[in-house]
Amino acid sequence: MNSAQFEIQLIASLVAIACAIPGTFLVLRKMAMISDAISHSILPGIVVGFFITQDLNSPWLILLAAFTGVITVALVERIQKTGLVKEDTAIGLVFPALFSIGVIMIAKNANDVHLDVDAVLLGELAFAPFDRLTAGGTDIGPKSLWVIGTILTITIGLLIAFFKELKVSTFDPGLSASLGFSPLVIHYGLMTVSSVTTVGAFDAVGAILVVALMIAPAACAYLLTTDLKKMLGLAVFFGVFSAISGYWMAHWLDASIAGSITTMLGVVFLLIYLFAPSKGLIAVMYRDKQQRIEVSLLTFLLHLKNHSEVRERHVNHLNEHINWQKVKSETVLDLALKNNMILINQNIVSLTAKGDEFTSQAIDYIITNEDAQIEDMKEDFFLFRG
Amino acid sequence: MKQMDTIKNAHSKDEAPVSTGVLAVKVDDLTVAYNYKPVLWDIDLEIPEGVLMAIVGPNGAGKSTLIKAILGILKPIAGSVSIYGKPYHKQRSLVAYVPQKGSVDWDFPTTALDVVMMGTYGKLGWIKRPGVKEKKASLEALEKVGMLAFQSRQISQLSGGQQQRIFLARALVQDASIYFMDEPFQGVDATTEIAIINILKELRKAGKTVIVVHHDLQTVPEYFDWVTFLNVKKIATGPVMDIFNDDNLTKTYGINYKVSVQK
Repeated sequence: MNSAQFEIQLIASLVAIACAIPGTFLVLRKMAMISDAISHSILPGIVVGFFITQDLNSPWLILLAAFTGVITVALVERIQKTGLVKEDTAIGLVFPALFSIGVIMIAKNANDVHLDVDAVLLGELAFAPFDRLTAGGTDIGPKSLWVIGTILTITIGLLIAFFKELKVSTFDPGLSASLGFSPLVIHYGLMTVSSVTTVGAFDAVGAILVVALMIAPAACAYLLTTDLKKMLGLAVFFGVFSAISGYWMAHWLDASIAGSITTMLGVVFLLIYLFAPSKGLIAVMYRDKQQRIEVSLLTFLLHLKNHSEVRERHVNHLNEHINWQKVKSETVLDLALKNNMILINQNIVSLTAKGDEFTSQAIDYIITNEDAQIEDMKEDFFLFRG
Repeated sequence: MKQMDTIKNAHSKDEAPVSTGVLAVKVDDLTVAYNYKPVLWDIDLEIPEGVLMAIVGPNGAGKSTLIKAILGILKPIAGSVSIYGKPYHKQRSLVAYVPQKGSVDWDFPTTALDVVMMGTYGKLGWIKRPGVKEKKASLEALEKVGMLAFQSRQISQLSGGQQQRIFLARALVQDASIYFMDEPFQGVDATTEIAIINILKELRKAGKTVIVVHHDLQTVPEYFDWVTFLNVKKIATGPVMDIFNDDNLTKTYGINYKVSVQK
């Protein structure tokens, strides 16, 4: 691995971290689409900034373009507030308009400026190490490394300082306002950070793929944890993991780095979506199946409790009577036996003391829906969870 | 028989309002509009210190809006609000607020204890973080509402009644003088409802002022000692004994209302 390769991975990782932090809050605030809007509408800001500064990494260009992002958010809210259109429609109206202004500006000046739409949209990480920053004649590293490093440092500083304010205003804006933490101020603060990050990152991964780095790692983390700090940590981890593994994927395939990173994000999300321990698709399907069996078990136990006649409690009779298929009856019988809830004596089923008590408790629970008395049973039985 | 007595005591109105003659909340000429359509018209309201007050009125009467406007969450187009004689933004630490349970996302990645701790944020102010003291106060509040055992439970894993108790604990930890609650009894079971009203009565006994948006007219005389009838305009406000009658109910709800008030 040469130094250019190392620098590319370092830049990609820093971009991933800088995106994951605001991205986590965007996902929790159900504002993922706003990042898409910002990423498009900063284009005119970048173009105007480039006309003025002639330098894609100039801090002025970044601030000017980020300001366009904040204006987008304000416009979307302004239009939505009139009540004439819904939020998603407002987003869909604002960002293509701003984006197209940027496209026309580039087209009109294509001969004068060295800036094309592809570079802005898709980024070119492979070239990042060539544009270097020098201080007093010595090379101090790629410019984009310094840009994203500065943005990341500010983002982390703001996150640490305002973590509690971000949390309360995201969870409960009403309480936040009544406590004196203006949700509006925090909202626009977050929007500013998101815009600055998007602009700072477009050079590396492209304005469009920034969206993937903001949303996908946060969405992965959301499926894995129920703790906000862990969610931030996991989002950062998945972002960095996808950045580095995406880089090597591009290396082997000889393909676009940004495209490979985004593909990795998609793969990681798919895996977590399927296999996450409690919120994953497979876990949910397994739990549903367990619940079905447990409901059947309860139905079965209740039947035993209600019928003392031997005829009603014969193993074969249960098949016909409760109208179950054979496989289901066997599963249920096994489960009941395993938990010492029934005894089978010469094909006649009867409830044990434990089974009897369980049935009464479970019925009580279902009728009263009171949690207290059933707490310790929850561990063994899916039925009573959530 | 003994059990009957206990129940009766829990609901009795024997504790008369602890009126000190001081006004906790004063609302003058308050008008609030959404998109220039007034939802509250020219409200004048005086809430004496130490009352347990219900705000009643039909859907869309502006009950939640009134609370939000008092707390500065919504900006009125006219009028003013004072809390113990000063504007709200100077008196924040005196006020606790329990929003409607449905107004937040219960899938948010956080625990019961953490939600209660949010009640301590106001006194901490910007940037400063909660520490040992705030955690201790939050645990005590959880214990008061009978939810200590659930402190590290993720909030989506709680039942509706438990979630409401968490919200109540969060208000308790604010250690305020005035409590505003937006429909705290919505979607809770009978046990939780009694637990909540007992805590509200305790607050009143301790000299606090409690203002509750309430839906169940049948329980107004049992639970509250003060009531405000609201339907875009203020219909009436005062002691339950004096003004909770068919006349005011009819004026508020627009239909011929008959509630048998057990005195």
